[in-house]
Amino acid sequence: MPSKVFQSAADALSDLTFNGMTLMSGGFGLCGIPENLIAAVHEAGMQDISIVSNNCGVDGFGLGILLDAKQIKKMISSYVGENKEFERQYLEGELELEFNPQGTLAERIRAGGAGIPGFYTKTGVGTLIAEGKEHKDFNGETYMLETGLTADVSLVKAWKADKEGNLVYRKTARNFNPMMATAGKVTVVEVETIVESGELDPDEIHTPGIYVQRVIKGTFEKRIEQCTTRSRGDV
Amino acid sequence: MSGAGQKGWNRNQMAARAALELKDGFYCNLGIGIPTLVANYIPEGMHITLQSENGMLGMGPFPYDGEEDADLINAGKQTITELDMSSYFSSSDSFAMVRGGHINLSILGAMEVSEKGDLANWMIPGKMVKGMGGAMDLVAGVKRVVVVMDHTSKSGDPKLLHECSLPLTGQQVVDMVITNFGVFEIDRGKGMRLTELSQDMTVEDIKQSTEAHFDIAL
Repeated sequence: MPSKVFQSAADALSDLTFNGMTLMSGGFGLCGIPENLIAAVHEAGMQDISIVSNNCGVDGFGLGILLDAKQIKKMISSYVGENKEFERQYLEGELELEFNPQGTLAERIRAGGAGIPGFYTKTGVGTLIAEGKEHKDFNGETYMLETGLTADVSLVKAWKADKEGNLVYRKTARNFNPMMATAGKVTVVEVETIVESGELDPDEIHTPGIYVQRVIKGTFEKRIEQCTTRSRGDV
Repeated sequence: MSGAGQKGWNRNQMAARAALELKDGFYCNLGIGIPTLVANYIPEGMHITLQSENGMLGMGPFPYDGEEDADLINAGKQTITELDMSSYFSSSDSFAMVRGGHINLSILGAMEVSEKGDLANWMIPGKMVKGMGGAMDLVAGVKRVVVVMDHTSKSGDPKLLHECSLPLTGQQVVDMVITNFGVFEIDRGKGMRLTELSQDMTVEDIKQSTEAHFDIAL
């Protein structure tokens, strides 16, 4: 079997990128985003990308750099309030946007990766997002149909990987990454550390390597969006 | 606690009132703004587990200066800390907890609430829409939903209405509204009743600033 470990983000993506592709990109805000792979997508220069991601980075960082370069055609997200360039492109009609409730987005990705084409949820029933969707009653309550999501390539950030592609995430940097790892036709992962097979405790692996085709070791800025602290004198 | 001449509760008093809705052993999700302040009023000795919908149970306070960790944030994207009780999980597990009715209480802000318990808090047509985040999931799935908000808009218009004018976050989802004027309980889909007045406030004051029909149950 060829190694899953690639030498660089550009190397790992070189034969996977094309204009009009659909990408999933993990992270919540700037926490747990695949910053090396996003930068490589920027350098690869493809256009008209559809991106499934909870947010769209900030101006000049994360997915924001793809926005700045006008590489994104459509976003499927739950919240995009941190980005001025996003607002400008959206209001000018340059960018398509599909809002999903955060839990519905997470479940659509989980379903897509698990081979489930649709599921019923009560989230959003009676709101704008219910328009045009099939409704069905179960046990006296109304639910609506949402569909599973998949992508040509999923970009994932994990903390550690072994050479089998088994992954461990760290703290709240896990967020959307595990589901996205399952929902890409090809899943490319960037990690802080690559260890030998056998070094990760099999009971503590979050994403089994079956979902992971390629791994790179990244270098991370890990920008903090809102640094909130207290001083030692505070109660 | 309130300023000279000010009628009604301030932000901290509203948060303290909301904290009275907590019960020992509850798992709670607190929204951004005044709801976040509720964490400051958890009674001594009461075991409350705070959920952050980006994937954590057992949210701790802000870190000490210099100890912030980019991998550890809350749903408002602020740096936080973990506690002995903490656990981490994916976004799909997080919303399984929410949608599956495992969270006891959600406290969140609102732009408008109707007398039947409809909630609008995510979108103003014609303005840039930032997105609903997890709000639609929370109000659809959490067992009890408490709104904490100012009684009127900045321009003095009522926010408790017969019907919401803004696009809904959820239909018949709110159980209680705590404003700077008082407390309202809602029988989802049926109606609203005024159950408490904040300091110096009269029923007449509230009637003048409220469009929604409400019964009085003081």
